[in-house]
Amino acid sequence: MASTAFLCQLTLSGPPCTVYLYTNEIDNEFNRETMNYLRPHLLEDALQWLATERPLVIAGCTDIYPTTQAPSLDGPLLDITALEGLRGITVADGWRRFGAATTWDDVLQADLPPSYRMLKQAAREIGAVQIQVSGTIGGNLCTASPAADSVPCLMALDAEVELASVGGSRRLPLADFLTGPRQTALRPDELLVAIHVPRHAEAGLSGFAKLGARRYLVISIAMAAVRLEVEDGRITGAAVSVGACAPVASRQTGLESRLVGRRPDDIDALATEAMPMIADSLSPIDDVRASAGYRRQAAAELAWRSIRSLCREAA
Amino acid sequence: MDGVSESGTQLDFTVNGEAARLRCAPSTRLSDLLREQLGLRGTKVGCNAGDCGACTVLLDGRPVCACLVPAGQVEGRHVETAESLAGPDSVLSNLQQAFLRHGAAQCGICTPGMMMAATALLRGTPSPDRGQVEDAIGGVLCRCTGYAKIVDAIMDAGAGAISPPSPDAGAAVGAAVYRLDGHAKVNATEKFGADSWPQDALLVRAVRSPHFLADFSFGDLAGWQQDRPFVTAVVTAADICGVNAFGVIPPFADQPALAETTARFRGEAVALVIGTAEELVAADLSDFPVVWQERDPALTVEAARRPGVAQLHETRPDNLLITGKVKSGDGAAGLSSGDVRVSAAIETAYVEHAPIEPEAGCAWMEGDVLVISACTQAPVMDQEDTARILGLPLDRVRIIPAAAGGGFGTKLDVSLQPLLGLAVMKTGRPCRMVYSRQESMISTTKRHPAAMRGQLAATQDGRLAGMVFEGEFNTGAYASWGPTVATRVPIHASGPYNVPHYLAEAHAIHTNGPVSGAFRGFGVPQATILQEVLMDRLAGELGLDRLDFRRRNALVDGDRTVCGQQVHGVGIAECLDALVPAWQAAQARAATFNANGGPMRRGVGVASCWYGCGNTALPNPSTIRLGITADGRLRLHQGATDIGQGSNTVITQICADALGMPLADFELVGPDTAITPDCGKTSASRQTFITGKAAELSGRRLRADILRLSNMEDESEIRIEDTCIVITGAADRQRIDLATMPVDEFGYVMRAEETYDPPTVPLDADGQGEPYAVYGYGAQVVELEVDLKLGTVRVLHITAAHDLGRVINPLLATGQIEGGIAQGLGMALMEEYIPGRTENLHDYLIPSCGDMPEIETIFIEKPDPVGPMGAKGLGEHVLIPTAPAILNAIHDATGAWIDQLPALPHRVLAAIRAADQGH
Repeated sequence: MASTAFLCQLTLSGPPCTVYLYTNEIDNEFNRETMNYLRPHLLEDALQWLATERPLVIAGCTDIYPTTQAPSLDGPLLDITALEGLRGITVADGWRRFGAATTWDDVLQADLPPSYRMLKQAAREIGAVQIQVSGTIGGNLCTASPAADSVPCLMALDAEVELASVGGSRRLPLADFLTGPRQTALRPDELLVAIHVPRHAEAGLSGFAKLGARRYLVISIAMAAVRLEVEDGRITGAAVSVGACAPVASRQTGLESRLVGRRPDDIDALATEAMPMIADSLSPIDDVRASAGYRRQAAAELAWRSIRSLCREAA
Repeated sequence: MDGVSESGTQLDFTVNGEAARLRCAPSTRLSDLLREQLGLRGTKVGCNAGDCGACTVLLDGRPVCACLVPAGQVEGRHVETAESLAGPDSVLSNLQQAFLRHGAAQCGICTPGMMMAATALLRGTPSPDRGQVEDAIGGVLCRCTGYAKIVDAIMDAGAGAISPPSPDAGAAVGAAVYRLDGHAKVNATEKFGADSWPQDALLVRAVRSPHFLADFSFGDLAGWQQDRPFVTAVVTAADICGVNAFGVIPPFADQPALAETTARFRGEAVALVIGTAEELVAADLSDFPVVWQERDPALTVEAARRPGVAQLHETRPDNLLITGKVKSGDGAAGLSSGDVRVSAAIETAYVEHAPIEPEAGCAWMEGDVLVISACTQAPVMDQEDTARILGLPLDRVRIIPAAAGGGFGTKLDVSLQPLLGLAVMKTGRPCRMVYSRQESMISTTKRHPAAMRGQLAATQDGRLAGMVFEGEFNTGAYASWGPTVATRVPIHASGPYNVPHYLAEAHAIHTNGPVSGAFRGFGVPQATILQEVLMDRLAGELGLDRLDFRRRNALVDGDRTVCGQQVHGVGIAECLDALVPAWQAAQARAATFNANGGPMRRGVGVASCWYGCGNTALPNPSTIRLGITADGRLRLHQGATDIGQGSNTVITQICADALGMPLADFELVGPDTAITPDCGKTSASRQTFITGKAAELSGRRLRADILRLSNMEDESEIRIEDTCIVITGAADRQRIDLATMPVDEFGYVMRAEETYDPPTVPLDADGQGEPYAVYGYGAQVVELEVDLKLGTVRVLHITAAHDLGRVINPLLATGQIEGGIAQGLGMALMEEYIPGRTENLHDYLIPSCGDMPEIETIFIEKPDPVGPMGAKGLGEHVLIPTAPAILNAIHDATGAWIDQLPALPHRVLAAIRAADQGH
């Protein structure tokens, strides 16, 4: 009975036409076996339902539908695509904020500084147009696939995630949010509401490289994202991140510090040192797409090519 | 109304500009809502996972996969589907016309999704470039066309209306007429297996083994059913009244429709659950009362041949299904007599056909006749197998093929036909069944994985001296087409070359892997990979130009094949000659490119093919009926299933010219086992040749009858005017008044029915004989780029020269070539089906539009003395040379030999490293 009352309250707080309730009205009891689907406008409604009913959060649905062949999904489901403020890109207080339900198509259409070129390049590689139109930046992080295309880019942008719950919100560096394959630090009552990029990380040029066995609609074998800041003929900042080659994508901090201070037109000498440095830092797996050994070499090659190409561009 | 729909949410949105209001669960897939609730079945479902894009629709003008969009997100928004493309009265839009004009729809299953993706692009970019088109359709997979014609059509959509070619009487053959069945394909009205069913049809779902090998027993089936009111019936092997064994080659028929006590491969059906669609479709069948007793499977040929390993079939010791052998001269002595000898060993993978349409169909009773409408390549074989399983006489089973959304060999064997039959017989109700993508992938046939070894020798002057070939083909759990593969491989493993001393053996070996069956080429593509790699190695050892070396050894008219058959109309030399300019230009481009250094290297490769059309030394007749009604209609009963390759069009073109009447006068009837005579199966590149020949004979016969009846000379012109045939000669004109003539049992006043069965001679123990009446030939030059550091391969350009004898329809023929190349490219570079691991279209990769090279086609017309108007088969030939030419080009670029397919980047890189260390 309590659940039913709660649901009624929710319908009052959001515009009714966009709040979908799907309950078993016959026994008047909230029943987990019955599909429930909520698509609220207001964040507090979403968070409250999350806190009490632990629905599965859905947005672009590009990863959830493939897990079943059924014509519909088992509930309860919290659809966050109508939430106010969850979609779009804004700038405030020295941070650029990407609402979690911002689609990859939105990212591609947005006017962003050159440091985001890698993110746009990655967005273009996420599935194909149809997936980019539906899929969201928050979804790509929450599914926490080791092969998530956006993760190396967002790591190279020092991104933080904002997690909200009825108890308040907190922010975590992306690297702390992603804890393993398909694992995150998201608590059951929390919703990823935004990704924030600090202004300092928006400097420089960037590039993304993905390796797959076909051109479109392909899961990465390896990928690399690189952001370089160059001032007065010297590399003043470097962010290098490699994906699909470890449980979680990671920054190449050792290499980054070796890059800083170098002249962009004189980095070739670093190659023999840099490539093994990258390869050794990775812990890839063998799977149907490639062998682990290959992934190490390919990731190092991709990363180094991206670094070299950005250096040429900068020089 | 039941509780589910009562408590669904009300949705308001627009579909194709019209307001829609309905109740449904808000997490219902938009694709399901459109197809099931709104009846808009132009939106196709190929995977339910966003992997194939067939269900692409526009949501507020942007393309989405409808299978990934919850209905709840559609509230207040605008949905556009392929049904919106045509104007009033089904007048085709410019885009649809462009698809028809360019032959961009073959089977047509991806066409609605392609056109919707294109529509999203064209609205903002009316004159897109190639790259923009590729980005726009990159998310829609096509398995038939190789994408070239789709890209061309989209780029040409702005051209507007252009009147289609309509050849005069006698000018149909050779004309690039649009496919006769094309309108429905571009208009999203084509009915595929999942697109229509009797209104009150029950749904059928199969319970399948999750294990590679397991004994099983059932628990309390009645109790399980009783707890589920939506379940009407459960069917197991115990319900089967006939012989529970099907198979495409009757003496080898061994595959149960439903396994009895042992499931021999993962995905084998053991029971059917039949019930009301709304509930059963989403029901969890994981608690179906079946107890599995898992056993150690043999998944590889090596494991299956180990002493003491479990035997899959009692009557087949050592798990050996069959060995095929061809011996001419003395293979070993031939090798010794050569000055130079090379050897190679290559392994290939399971390859999945991946038609974008998973198997689907429905069945019902008409009187005491069971009618099955499902996608198929072989309606009469379906009829025979299903009747036998059900214990029904043949005339109580009628097959009306639904449009097939791709086949490529996998829809030759029955899949759901006997299951539908069992369900209808058990319940007495109409039933429907739609395989999921995973179900399709795990339960239907594959291309045989092959482990092949061979040696090839030549004399110093570049003449082949001898060849020895041995291959083991993993034929999976049941026979299917394993015997055909084992027979075809040794016949073809010589390539279209003169090999004086030859010994080839192919063994089909059972494992607990998926059933290996027919896939475009029946093992010949695998064998050709080995043979053509040997040719390159030998040319390298001899220091000869690789194309010239092939040319020197090419079969010519009057030569004898390794089967001792004298062949005529042999066009391989012409194909190779035609490729010389492309070969030289590609080599020059590669040399220039490679001179720049860097990690990218270009290479050029060539490979040939030949392929015998029709069954191997076995009867395979086709019969064509042609009739004229009393009211002046000309009807062609065409029983060959057109799975996209174009037989509806090509066979009619042949018949039209044989009869001497315009193509536009023909009405096509069938296929339908009740009203079309048997045209055999759509396989073995036989329809243009064999059914085409039957169509030619029928056309000539009817023409002769008309001329005899009117007493007119051979060159007369024949026309139908209202209810008369008008025959106009040089000096005379006669009329035959149809309305006054007696009507025969088929409803015709004039009728011709002719059968053609190609003349062959059975093979002896050494494989000597005349296995095929007609062969087709071809060769392809591949130009590609390899990344030496990443091992990635990008195919840039392919020039394909194919000898068709006579090109019946150049538009459709180029479509076959481009599509075959796409499958050859996939086999070479990315396709590897791993049972239990790649059972979807994101782990199993088929080429996307961005993977395809530019393709240039050269037709060679060296008439065949037997084929209709000189024509030869083409469908399978086209993919055979692609993979070996790619491997040879990779070697040319890098010095590395690939010995395991597909040439995934990690394998290519490893081969490059090995080659570097070897030198």
